[in-house]
This record gives sequence, structure tokens and C-alpha cells, in this order.
Amino acid sequence: MNELQLKDLYDGFRDPKTIRMLAKEIEELAKGLDETLNIMEVCGGHTHTIMKYGLPQLLPANIAFIHGPGCPVCIMPKERIDHAIALAKMENTILLTLGDMIRVPGSKTSLAVERAAGHDIRALYTPMDALKIAKENPDKKVVFFAIGFETTTPMTSAVIKHTVDQGIKNLFFHINHVLVPPAVDAIMADGKAKINAFIGPSHVSVITGAKIYASLPEDYNTPVAVSGFEPVDVLQGILMMVRQKLEGRAELEIQYTRAVTMEGNLKAQQLNDTYMRPRAHFRWRGIGDIPDSALELRPEYDYLDAEKLFADILPTEPIDDHKLCICGTILKGLAKPMDCKVFGKACTPNSPLGSCMVSSEGSCNAYYRYAGVLG
Amino acid sequence: MCLSIPSKVIKIDEETNIATVDTMGITRQAGLELVESEDVKVGDYVLLHVGFIMNKIDEVDALESLKVYTEILEKLDEEERAQAVLDDDNCENRGTT
Ligand code: SF4
Repeated sequence: MNELQLKDLYDGFRDPKTIRMLAKEIEELAKGLDETLNIMEVCGGHTHTIMKYGLPQLLPANIAFIHGPGCPVCIMPKERIDHAIALAKMENTILLTLGDMIRVPGSKTSLAVERAAGHDIRALYTPMDALKIAKENPDKKVVFFAIGFETTTPMTSAVIKHTVDQGIKNLFFHINHVLVPPAVDAIMADGKAKINAFIGPSHVSVITGAKIYASLPEDYNTPVAVSGFEPVDVLQGILMMVRQKLEGRAELEIQYTRAVTMEGNLKAQQLNDTYMRPRAHFRWRGIGDIPDSALELRPEYDYLDAEKLFADILPTEPIDDHKLCICGTILKGLAKPMDCKVFGKACTPNSPLGSCMVSSEGSCNAYYRYAGVLG
Repeated sequence: MCLSIPSKVIKIDEETNIATVDTMGITRQAGLELVESEDVKVGDYVLLHVGFIMNKIDEVDALESLKVYTEILEKLDEEERAQAVLDDDNCENRGTT
């Protein structure tokens, strides 16, 4: 193979034979491990790959997965979903957001329910469409409810730049962008978490660079492998970490070298810096308050900030998940979804009680859907 | 939702700063705001995320990884064939079945 075809970028990294070969190699090497490797895949995209390709069943018992908090929809606390609903219910308003967010229940209803009730709520394919919608509806307030990890933040920043540069007056932003490293620290903080290896996110790292995980190996003595999203990538990342353990190393390595560098996308990072800054507090659904774990608009852009402009109608009371929900404990690897009393009974993907059942990238949801693991 | 898809750049409109990309037969438009203009050219492989090009995929690197996997697989295949011949030579029922 001398010239790369688009097809190779898909098929090459999903090849069943390569998957089996890598799994076998991991199995051989893992015999030498003196403790179970409890790998947290921080990102929901990895959770999806791991479950879809049945990697836990392919790998030996001493390689275990702990599904991380990395799904932007799952970590959104109910009070902020209530914000989106309150904004959507304002007179003469169009509320915009991305993907799954529409379905997730807040304290009483969801955006989908409110849309069915007649409010103008739209899920965008790209944040860029917000500009078009604002221009086409000059007599309406258009509010973009921006969600996502570091991967999606620069896209919001690009839209803010256009809004500022073009002097658009009716487009406002409710920023819910969150950051990976503080969430990982919060999970590891009390020293109880069983995690002793990390698969670093693929596309968060494309933007931020692998450098954002530099302190993890030192702080927690854990190997980190920044891996791509395909099953071959994930397995190769695991192989790298097994090797580190066997050799007594705890280092940051990049498996996904075809897309991730140490530095990341500097242009995107600068764009974010121009419009956003760290937010002192953000409550993560299932984890709780984490300082400096999210972003907000810089004060120069208060005139675009829906949270400030419409503060009087936005609820401020924190709303927790059901008290039976043990998502926080599951995230630390101290419990499995099946240990939850309401798993699959009162709590299902159609009526989630807790954050990890909310989207296909959450651990309870993944266990529920891939029935094989239900046993 | 962070799943980003590899695509190939087939056209760049410098005026609108928008690229046309091919994602396995589907043609889409993608914003170029997040990449330096000299970095992305027609024919390049890129990652697409919510309507923007996020970066360029390192072609040499991708080819190199795929080559390594193919080589290991070929080596394993060869070992398997050699083992099969060996097994046949040592077969206790040789000539009896
Ligand atoms: S099954 Fe539902 S309630 Fe139980 S831990 Fe999972 S998300 Fe929470």
C-alpha cells in the first residue's frame, strides 16, 4: 500500500484480524501483570467503541474498563437543562443546540417535550448555522445553548467571532463547555478510585494536544495512552499501557499519532482564549461541583452572554439526580451499573434517573443496551 | 458526540473560507476557521467535527501504522502455515485415515 485511500482510514483500523491479533498479544503480556489494569476511558466515544466491538469479552479478566465522564450530554446538570428550557420559552425566541441535548430530561421536561409543545427549538448539524438562523430572523432572539468538551469549544468560538465581526445583534450564547483534566482530577481526588491507567480522548486531544495530561502519570502513577477511536487504536493503546506497567513505567504516550501532537491545534486554542475563560464553578451531573472545570464568556462579551442577559429568568437552585443513583461511585470504578438497585428497572434509557443512563456514551446506558454484559 | 470523521478535501473556496470534503461518498461543506490556510490543501485527509475541519491527518503516519499491522499479520499467517506443516509431519494417524 503506497497511497492512502479514505477507505483505509476506516477499514484499516477496524480490521477484525488485526483486532484479534492485538487482543491475543495483550492477553499474553497481561499474564505478567501483578495487578488488574483498571483502565478509565475518559471519553464517551471510547466507551462506545469498547462496548460496540465487545472489547471486554476479547480481553483477559485482568484488563478491566471503567467508563469515564466524557459525554457532554451526560454531565449536564438538570438545572442547566432547565436554563435551556426557560430560554426556549421566552417570547419571540429560537433556541439552538446540538444533537442529543434535545432529549435529555431536566427537572420537569426536556427540550424535545417543549418543542412538541410548540416552542422553536432546533438541533443544529453545525454551530455555524446559528449565524444563518439569526440573520434570517432579525426580529427574534436566537440563543445558542453551547455544549461539549474541548473538541467542540473552538467551533463555538468561531461562531462568536463571526457574531462579533459581523455585528450580529440578536444571537446570544449560553456556554456549557467543560474541560477534561479537572474532571479526571475530581474522580481521582479522594484516593479511592481504582483507576490505574487512562485512555486519553482522541479528538479533545486533537485540539488541546496531549500536553493537557502531562501531570497525570506523575500525580497518580498511571500510564496514559492518547488513543484513536477505532477498535485497533484502542487495543494498541492498551498494549502500550500494559507494556509500561510491565516495565515499571508511568508515562504519557500518544498512540493516535496520525492526528494528535503534544501541542495540539494552536489556532483553535487561541480562538478559545480570545472569547472564553475558566469558570470558577461548574456542577457536573453525577460528580458534583468541580472548580475551574468549565468555560464562560469573557466579560468583554457580556452583551452576548445569555446567562447574564436573561439571569432573572434562569433558575439557580442545584438539582441532583435521584438519591438511589450511584453514578459517582461507578465513575470511580467502585461499583458496576448492575450494583444500582434501580438499574434497568426504574432507570432505563427512555426514562433515565441518573447521568450515566442518559446518552449512549454513558456507562449504565452502554451496559443496558449491550445485553451481553447483563449476563 | 465527539466522533469526528475522516474525510478528503476535494475543493477549497478561499473567498468563503469553506472546503468541500468527501466523507466516504457523501459530499459536505466544512469551515476552515480552525486551521491555518497553508496547512490544508485539496487531496488532504482531515478530521471533520460539527461542520468544521479540525486538523489534517498525517498521511505518512497512517500508512506506516497500517503497514506495521499488515506485516505482523503476514508474519503470523506464515507461522501458522509452518505450524500446520509441522503438525502434519508429526501426525500420529499419518497414513491411517
Ligand atoms: S442505573 Fe440509573 S440510577 Fe442507577 S446508577 Fe445508573 S444512571 Fe444512576
